Parts: sequence; C-alpha cells; structure tokens
Amino acid sequence: MVALNQLVLVCLTYVVFLFGVAFMAERAALRGRGQALLRSPIVYTLSMSIYCTAWTFYGAVGYAARSGLEYLTIYLGPSLVMVGWWWVLRRLVRIGRSQRVTSIADLISSRYGKSNVLAIAVTVMAVIGVTPYIALQLQSVVLSLSIFAASDTGLTAGEDSFNATRAALWVAAGLAVFTVIFGTRNLNVNERHHGIVIAVAVEAVVKLVALLAVGIFVVWGLAGGLGETLARIDASAIGTWEVQGSRWAALTMLSAAAFLCLPRMFQVMVVENDDERHLQIASWAFPAYLMLISLFVVPIAVVGLDLMPQGANPDLFVLSLPLSQNQNGLAMLSFLGGFSSATSMVIVATLALSTMVSNHIVMPIWLAFGKGGATQSGDVRNVVIRARRVSILIIISLGFFYYRASGGSGALAAIGTISFGGVAQFLPALMGGLFWRGATRMGALCGLGVGFALWVFTMLLPSFGPDVFLSREVFSQGLLGLEWLRPQALFGLEGLDPTVHAVFWSLTLNALVFIVVSLFTFPDPIERLQGAQFVNVLQHGAPTRGWTASVAGSEDLMIMAQRILGAREAQAFFRAEAEAQGLAGQLPEPTPAFVQALERELAASVGAATAHAMVSQIVGGTSVSVQDLLAVADESAQMLEYSSQLELKSRELSETAEQLRAANEKLTQLSLQKDAFLSQISHELRTPMTSIRSFSEILRDAGAMEEADKTRYASIIHSETIRLTRLLDDLLDLSVLENGQVSLHLGQERLSSVLDRALTTALAGTDRRMAVEVGPGTKGIVLQTDLDRLVQVFINLISNAQKYCHAEEPKLTITARRTGKGLTIDFVDNGAGIAPDEQAVIFEKFYRVTGSQGDGAGLGLAICQEIMARLGGRITYVTGKEGTAFRVNLPRSALVEEPAGADAEQRPDQLV
Amino acid sequence: MPQGPLFLERKSYRQRRLMDAVRLLPILGLVLWMVPLFWPVVPAGAGAEQGVALSTSVTLRYVFGVWLALVVMSWLLWRRTSGEAAQDALSDPPQQSD
Repeated sequence: MVALNQLVLVCLTYVVFLFGVAFMAERAALRGRGQALLRSPIVYTLSMSIYCTAWTFYGAVGYAARSGLEYLTIYLGPSLVMVGWWWVLRRLVRIGRSQRVTSIADLISSRYGKSNVLAIAVTVMAVIGVTPYIALQLQSVVLSLSIFAASDTGLTAGEDSFNATRAALWVAAGLAVFTVIFGTRNLNVNERHHGIVIAVAVEAVVKLVALLAVGIFVVWGLAGGLGETLARIDASAIGTWEVQGSRWAALTMLSAAAFLCLPRMFQVMVVENDDERHLQIASWAFPAYLMLISLFVVPIAVVGLDLMPQGANPDLFVLSLPLSQNQNGLAMLSFLGGFSSATSMVIVATLALSTMVSNHIVMPIWLAFGKGGATQSGDVRNVVIRARRVSILIIISLGFFYYRASGGSGALAAIGTISFGGVAQFLPALMGGLFWRGATRMGALCGLGVGFALWVFTMLLPSFGPDVFLSREVFSQGLLGLEWLRPQALFGLEGLDPTVHAVFWSLTLNALVFIVVSLFTFPDPIERLQGAQFVNVLQHGAPTRGWTASVAGSEDLMIMAQRILGAREAQAFFRAEAEAQGLAGQLPEPTPAFVQALERELAASVGAATAHAMVSQIVGGTSVSVQDLLAVADESAQMLEYSSQLELKSRELSETAEQLRAANEKLTQLSLQKDAFLSQISHELRTPMTSIRSFSEILRDAGAMEEADKTRYASIIHSETIRLTRLLDDLLDLSVLENGQVSLHLGQERLSSVLDRALTTALAGTDRRMAVEVGPGTKGIVLQTDLDRLVQVFINLISNAQKYCHAEEPKLTITARRTGKGLTIDFVDNGAGIAPDEQAVIFEKFYRVTGSQGDGAGLGLAICQEIMARLGGRITYVTGKEGTAFRVNLPRSALVEEPAGADAEQRPDQLV
Repeated sequence: MPQGPLFLERKSYRQRRLMDAVRLLPILGLVLWMVPLFWPVVPAGAGAEQGVALSTSVTLRYVFGVWLALVVMSWLLWRRTSGEAAQDALSDPPQQSD
C-alpha cells in the first residue's frame, strides 16, 4: 500500500520538478538557447494534449464502462479538425499571427469591429462555461487522492484522515501559484510562455506514458494478451454496439466545435503557435496522440468491471485497478498521470481566461474610471499584470467554489459535455467571422445570446437535476406552464436524447439568429475593414488603414506605449519604426502605418479592443467612418463643381476680353478713320473754298473781262458752292437721323416704280454706263413707307455700285424676294467686292473704302443704315457673293398685301 | 488576378493534387467515422436479437483502423508536401488554374 504522505511527497517532488523544468525553459528562452526544443513541433503537438484532461484520464474509462464506445466521439471530433487543418486551423493561426490575437474573445471582438461588448460577452460565457470544467479537474485530483487515502487507512474510514475540501483547496492554491509565476512573467501574450508550454509538454508525456502503462499492464498483465482481452470485451456488458446514431454524430460534432472554441485550446493552438508549418505536423501527430490515449480505455474499463467490486467508481479504474493488484509503482505513475492532466488543463485554461478577463473586463473598466486615460504617465504594465494575477486567483477560486457547491457529485463525463456545449456556442460567430464577410457584430451578439440562453436552459440548469434551479414542474410542464418550453423537449421536440436535444437547439438557433440578424443589419466601417481582413487573410491582404493619425503626437503615443510595453521595449520599437521610416531620431512620424503597427503591438499585451480604445484616446478616434468618407466625397464633389465654375468664368472672361479687344481695335480703327476723315473733310471743304475765293477775287479785281470768262468763273463758283452745300446737307441729314428728329412721310408706291425713280436719279448724268438688271420678283410688290428716304437708300447703293464697280462691263443686279419677315432686296454688282476687314466698318460714318477716288464724304452708307433703322428694316453687307452685295430688309409692316391678303391696310384695289 | 499558365508541369501538378488530397482527407475521415450511424442498435436486454448487433471488438477495430489510416495518410501527405513547392501551393488561392 502507498501511504498518503508518501504520495503527497512524490506529488510535491513532481511539482518541484515541473517548476524546475518551467524555470529552466524560461531561462533558456531568455538566453536564446534551446530554441530547437522550445520551438519544436513536438512541443507544439504535446502542448495541445491539454485537450486530454482528467476527464480523459479518469473519465473516459468511466464513460466507456457506462456507455461503451461513445467515449470515442470526444476524440474523433478533434482528430477530424486536426486532419482538416487546411480548412479552419490554418486560417485561425494565420489570423492569430497577423492580428496578434490574445484569446478567442479577442479574436471574435477583433473580427467584429474590435467591439468591447462582444469581447465581454464572450469572456463571461467562457468563464461560465469553463468553470465547471476547472471544478471537474479539482474533483478528479481529490477523488484520486481519496482512493489512496482510503487504501491507506482501510476502505471504511477514509473520511477521518482525509479532508476532501482541504485537499482541493491545497491543489487549487498550488495551481494558482504556478500559473501566476509562469503565466504572468511577460505581458505580451504573443510571446510564448515557454515555461508553461514546456511543463505542459512534459505533463503530456507523463499522462500518455501512465495511461499506456496501465493499459499494457491490464491487457498483458491482467487479461492475458490481446486476443483474450478482445474476447473479454465481447463478453462484457459493453460487448455490443449500443451507441445511438444521433448521439454519435452530435457528440462528434460537439467535440470538434469545442476543440476549436475552448479558450485553452485556442491559447495553445493559435496564440502559442510559433510556426505555421507546425500545424501540419500536428495534423497527424495529435490524432496519433489521441488515438494512443484512447486505445486502452475499453480494455481498462472491461477488466475493471470484471475485477473491481460492484459499487466501485468506474471513473477511477485507472487508479484503482493497479492499486487492487498491489502495483504501487504503477498506481503512483497513474496518479501522476491524472494529476498532470488536471494541472496542465487548469493552468492553461486559467491563463487563457485570465487574459480574457483582464483585457476585456478589467482594463476597459480601469480605462473608463481609472486615472485619466491613456496619455497619463506611469506604468500600466503593473496594472495589467496585477489584473491578470487577480483574474487567475478569481477563476481558480470560482472553480473551487463550484466544486464545493456541487459537492463533487456527478459523473465526470456529464460535466465535460456540458462545458463543451457552452463553449461550442462560439462556433457560429467564429466560423462566420472567418468565412463570411457579411457577418455583423449585431448578428454575432444575438446569435451568441440566443445560443447561450438555450444552453443554460436546456443543458446547464437541468444538469443539476430537478428542484435545484429548475423546479420539477418546469421539467414536465415547461417554463411558465408553456408546454413548448420544456427544457428537454423544446418546441415540442420530444423523444430526443437530452444532450442531442440541447446541442441541436442551441447551435441551430444560434446559427440561425446569427445569420438572419447579420443579413438584416449593416456593419460599421471598421467592422467591414476587419471582416475583409479576416476573410481574406490568406491572400496576403494589406493591413487595415484605420488611423488618420496626422493629429496624433508621437510623444503621446510613446508615453502610452512605454506604460504598456515597458520603457525599454517601447523605445526599441519606436526606434526601429523610425529607422524603417528613414528618420534619424527616436520618434517616428505618426503615419497611419506606424499607428497601426503600434496598435497591433499593444493588442498583443492588452487585447485588440483595449488597444484600439487607448490609441483612439490619443489619436482622437479618427478612424475612418462612413461619414468621413462621405465628407471627403462631398468635398471633392464641391471642389469639382467649383473648378468647373471657375472654368466657366474664365471662359466667359476670355470671351469678354476677346470682345473688348475687338471693340478696341474697331475704336482705334474708327479713330484713325475719323482723323483721316477730318483732314479729308477739311481738305474737301478747303478745296471748293479755295477755288471760290480765287475766282471771286478774280471777278472782283479784274476790271475788264470777257463775258464768257466771267460766266465760266461764276459757274465754277456756283458748282463749288453746290458741292459744299451737298456735303453740309449730308452732314446735317446724318445728324438729324441720328438724333431721331426725323419724321417719316408715309406713302404708297410699287417697288418697281421706286426702283425706277432711284435708277433714273442715280444714273443720270454719268459718263460711264452700267447695266442694271431688275429681277422679276420686284413686280407686284407695293410698299407703304417713307418712299423718299427709301429712294435715297437705293440711290446711294446704286451710285456706290456705279462708282466703285471696276469691272469691264459693270453690271448691277437687283432682286427682290418676300420672306416670312417681310421683303428682301439685294443689290449685287460684278465688281471685286469689299475686303473682309473692311466689311465691319463700311457702315461707319466718314468711312471710305481705301483706294477709292470717289468724291463722297463717306457718309452715304451711314446715312442708309440710319434711314433703314428708322423705317424698321436694316441694311447689311452680304458675304459670299461674287461682287459687292448689299441687302435691304423691309419689315412686313412696310408691305401692302396683295388683294388676297387679309391684312391689307389701305385700299389695295386702288393700287393694282 | 493574373492568369498563370493553363497547364502545369508534372511536378507542380503532382503538388497540387497532393494538396487536394490534404483538403479531402478530413471528409473521407468524417464519412468513414459516420458509418457507425448505420450499425444496428440493440437495446440492452433484447436477448433474442443479440446476434444482430456488432460486437465491440469489431467496432473497436473499425474505429481505430480508420484512425490509424487517417494518421498514416496524414503523415504521408505531410512528408510529401512539406517542401517549398507545397508551401507555395498552400498560399495560392484554391481557385487557380490547374
């Protein structure tokens, strides 16, 4: 028999050994030695074995003794997940590394927009789900101790010398000390806890060896060989296949889900992962480990059922079988195996949970109520580490109190399944976050809430039995007397196994609510950025650009980083970043990329949500929002509009300038013309004046003169005065017309006769003959206007043609044509026409076509224009004709309609 | 995405198919391990039909046989795909040309 004291001594030695191993691993890691071992895939795989807790070590045998092969489902699920590492775990590990995730709560909160609410929800659920599990480990250690105590003092008087509660307390205290010492050495969770990982790996070997040793002893020592054992199995109570299909499938799925979602598994698989390639090695190594662990479970159970007395607890066969055969050394090894399973699980689970609690519950509260936020100086690291230590103590004591409250009752397997069901509720949010960009924070929150509530109602509370938390009436008649709210027959789904029922409803409705709410809600911008990053993590996506950090002072960031990372580490980080930016100093520019990197670095210590909150306190929360994007879009739209307006304005301006330049040119030209004209007109006036004066002086002074000469001189004087008079008449006429003082003398006459008159007058007394052709259109048109003025215009045009048309056989064509607006009369000659640059000024006063030797004063066309304006028409120069072409337009009012015309104003019959 | 060559040389082709095997292996495992769903379940105490139910030694050997096969196949695949080429194929998005 093994004395209890001896056992405790061995146990303590083992613990000291573990401390030593952990300590040496930490030292080696600190000095950079032993990396090959510390970072080897074997250690990674072995650290995963914390999946196999005391529940496996003791509970699996009990499970097999009660339910046959069903216990295998708990290991088949994880094996499938590992073999299928390519699908899910690869993504998880990649995200964990790229986003520097610290826990599963951190991952979920980070995926859904760094939401603290979600992080708190997941943390609380994880604590509630895992606490029974920790209690289970304490219970198993105490149970195994009690076996030794019983065998020590005789089977009957166990209670006297062995106080179960005190033993549990001591175990809990020891575990807490170990976790505090090795779990909170460094704050950066992404740095591996080498001490703990190595200790867990050692424990993994111990428990595997122990279980295999017991198994080999049972098969070859007790049962008498492999064939014998198989025969015994078939002959036993669990000799046939009795597993319900629904339980087989549901439990396999549940264990696979829990394997992904358990905080401690996440810790060792994702957070402590050093190299992605280790994952593929673990993909065969860990299933092999699980296979070996569960290999001898059935033989041990069957032989135990055979050999042990009727009432013996099958959960402890692993221990009690060797003890009953007086194999003390084997029993000791077996005890150490169970102890290892329990302690390694508690240590890692507590570590994972305490990280979640301190990062997602304590730190936000401290930030909110604490000493003024992130910019203040002082080391936050102490706060975080203290928070983490307190969390460890709280979680372990929670487990202890749960153990005390539950009284250590219940089969181990049942508690384990319940715990699995609780953490499996993370699965929809986790998978949705990894594969579906449309998953939203609200969807995750609602799904988790529904799933968790259903789990509590259908799995957790009923597990305490009737009349503890739920009354017997609730079991039989449903909550509030509603038939469809019975915890084990929800919505009328009766006849199912309670576990299958609970898993089915909680996970189905969880996923359904998650998907439906996600479909109908809209994610925040930061949520969408994170979602895209998580889902596309394998496509080497660029990091999110969350910060527009131009306002963040590097000094402020430095102060904050020092408080969380530690002064030396923070300075090193900042210096490296400054170097990367090509700056000489200590402080880098606060570029968005730098702030992003800093936030990641901080997230590794305090979690994504807290890090985000702290950085945003300094940067001012200037992460991009849709409003910002809209504002930017708006601004650029405004700028576009503004610039197009500017363009329009400048075009207008340049047009105006063009017009002004043209006007100026015209003015200059006119001024030149006027100067020229003034000298011309003085010359014109002076010439006749000179001859008048000379001839009148001759007449006065010459006494005797022939009559003929006298007459000739007098007629010269006469004609010169006529010329003068005409010039002055023209000037006067123009001034009268311009001043609008002219009164029109309306009269009626046919166009043809008006033209005849004009032709007769204009062509009379000319020595140069010009052919005039009057078109047929002039016939039958009767005008009602100031006919004399019109004749004046016509005469001017005709005489101009006669004067300036230098063709060999000058010819003038006059055509008239009715238009919609009135009458158009064209005067076209066959001369050279007027040069384009002069066309604009020919109607100006005093203008005379260059090179003309006419005797006119250049007033004719100006007068014509004025007259036509008075008559309501206009005169224009027509371009594109062969010679000089003028067009006279008369309004409709100037026409007397033909007899058929309805609006003939005055007695058309007289005129035909 | 830039289009790679439509056909790969023999070695890369082999690597791609091995990665396909890595992806499909868990599905094979799932199917094989769900075979027990079709095994007849005999309620305890139904003595007359005892012969119909499968004995535990058979079922045990089946489940562990599948397990061993999965571990061995997984190990073989790891041996064949742990090289550089496979790591590249891993990071490739799966929808690339074959």
